[in-house]
Amino acid sequence: MATLSTTPSAAPTVRRRVSPLLRREINWGLLFLSPWLVGFLFFTLMPMAASLIFSLTDYNPIHPEATQFVGLTNWGRLFNDPFMRQAWAVTLRFVVISVPLSIAFPLGLAVLVNSEHLFAKNIYRTLFYMPSMIPVVVNVIIWGGIMNSETGWLNRAIEFVFGVQGPRWYQDEAWVIPALTIMGFWGVGNTMLTMLAGLQNVPTELYDAAKVDGASGWQRFFSITLPMISPVIFYNLMLCVIGSFQYFTQAYIIGNGRGDPNGATMFYNLYLYRIAFNFLDMGYGATLAWAMFVIVLILTIILFRTQNRWVYYAGGE
Amino acid sequence: MAALPHARPRRAPVWSPRRNMRQFTATAAVTLVALLVVALFLAPLAYMTLTALKTQKQVQDPHSQFLPSSPSTYRYEGRDYPLLNVPTEGGARQWALVKPGREASDFIDPDNPAAGLIHWEGRWRVLEPVYHFDPTLENFPKSWNQIHLDRLFGNTLFIAVVGTLGTLLSSVAVAYGFSRFRIPGINLLFIILISTIILPRQVTLIPTYIFFRAIGWGGTWWPLIIPHFFANAYNVFLLRQYFKGIPRDMDEAAMIDGASPLQTLLYVILPQSMPALTAVGLFHFFFAWNDFFEPLIYLQGREDLYTLSIGMTQFANIFNTQPGLATAASMMALALPVVIFFLAQRVFMQGIVITGVDK
Repeated sequence: MATLSTTPSAAPTVRRRVSPLLRREINWGLLFLSPWLVGFLFFTLMPMAASLIFSLTDYNPIHPEATQFVGLTNWGRLFNDPFMRQAWAVTLRFVVISVPLSIAFPLGLAVLVNSEHLFAKNIYRTLFYMPSMIPVVVNVIIWGGIMNSETGWLNRAIEFVFGVQGPRWYQDEAWVIPALTIMGFWGVGNTMLTMLAGLQNVPTELYDAAKVDGASGWQRFFSITLPMISPVIFYNLMLCVIGSFQYFTQAYIIGNGRGDPNGATMFYNLYLYRIAFNFLDMGYGATLAWAMFVIVLILTIILFRTQNRWVYYAGGE
Repeated sequence: MAALPHARPRRAPVWSPRRNMRQFTATAAVTLVALLVVALFLAPLAYMTLTALKTQKQVQDPHSQFLPSSPSTYRYEGRDYPLLNVPTEGGARQWALVKPGREASDFIDPDNPAAGLIHWEGRWRVLEPVYHFDPTLENFPKSWNQIHLDRLFGNTLFIAVVGTLGTLLSSVAVAYGFSRFRIPGINLLFIILISTIILPRQVTLIPTYIFFRAIGWGGTWWPLIIPHFFANAYNVFLLRQYFKGIPRDMDEAAMIDGASPLQTLLYVILPQSMPALTAVGLFHFFFAWNDFFEPLIYLQGREDLYTLSIGMTQFANIFNTQPGLATAASMMALALPVVIFFLAQRVFMQGIVITGVDK
């Protein structure tokens, strides 16, 4: 991170030909950049480093004076912590169930509102986007009513259509993750809009050529549309996977902050919160945070590596 | 600026009856599907509204009506009797139950009370009561007072507005710095800025928390406001893209006339960037309105400083017992962001597309 320094000494080749005019421009530029430079230093870089140091201690905010350096104890605990393993399992379960749907559903909506046959498209776009504006707490409350096992509309609809009793969504270990996934459908606005923009950037000629060649609607979708918008799908996939590790509010509210029912909503980030702010074990909390950073980094790198296989960049970027 | 693209330009229509018929069928089918999806998607809002208009008694009614309604009664000889749907030889009638019995009961016909009591054979308990539409607004003031919604609104609004100002000031300055100045290493700096997007904020959380506590900011709003005066990657990215799209000729002309870079920013760049500024302002406003984690840890135990999100969690917990109150509070909590969204949706949605697609 030494390259971060913006002083001319870091770039000696430039210093030789710095005219007073350019000097003035650099100073002005640095002045404008300064909020971010300062913020990055004080609110990102230094806390990151401090977090790493905390992870080597048993810091407790009630007895800060008793803090001891404990070496890699916290990091060792990470690998032998059954609760951490459960939090991992919950998070992965969510990734597996929720992420594909939170890509496919907004993609479907985007295709729908992009259809040349749809009347008054903009109204639909606005309406599909609107629930993304609803505060998450409110979202949980409303869907809690919809998914109420006795009086909720969802179970009544299930009983009406399939003739069977619906699950006890929020209270059932097996169904609470699907319930969270369904609830998440109200937050797909951003994904839908980016997918829509992707769809609209696909050159019309491609479709025309395929039509001339006799390709069916499905063939056109899978052979033209999907490859052409794969960069947008990739971008959203990455945000979704990273977001799963930071998933908190919904799980906190539904599980009363304790992971109810029976630990089924104890997401990684919620576990981190409990360790650091309920049990005040901030040393281990910092370890969990850094571990999350490492995991997210590794996942990002893996996803980027798989890009060559399925993401198509027009123009060979 | 990459405007939210419109529909692809349609080819000149070639008129033919068959073709037009097909077009019409397709339009009708797609629009119907879309209507159905929208209806399902927004059904929870209808549920919320209907529940908010129900009294606690209506919610607990064993016959659980779809609309907020109460059992109808009929006043006969100074007393109220429940109206029931009674099957008779002449079809179903709505009669008031005056003298209930096990196997037979006496009813009065409200349309013809002069006819006196009617004896009916059968079990009245299996009869459906008659309901009439009877919404209530009592949940709104009740929930407002129960969680001090006025205070929660005030707190959240203050945090959101001041934070939005901070974000705008700092992000505009930084984006201007990134878009107009030849600083050595600026591309690397920009890459670092963008890569902070994937940085989970938890990794800086604990030291930041300890730091804010140490300087006495625990249990205050400052930790929720001050960090936003130091710009953030999304907003800088959006504004930089926008500024880059503004022709340099104009700021060069201003510079030749002796304007300083600050004056150029204020009088040349900003007046042309209103859509981007609006988008950034809205992003932050909605973020602050929604934020949960940081108010949760920084405002712990300071109920008088709670934001809307934190205050509303009480209702999430009592939902099963008092859904009327919870949904009424929900309606009030989502009203402001939803109204603002509808007013500014075009600018806002364009902003999403820029940050999401152009990267």
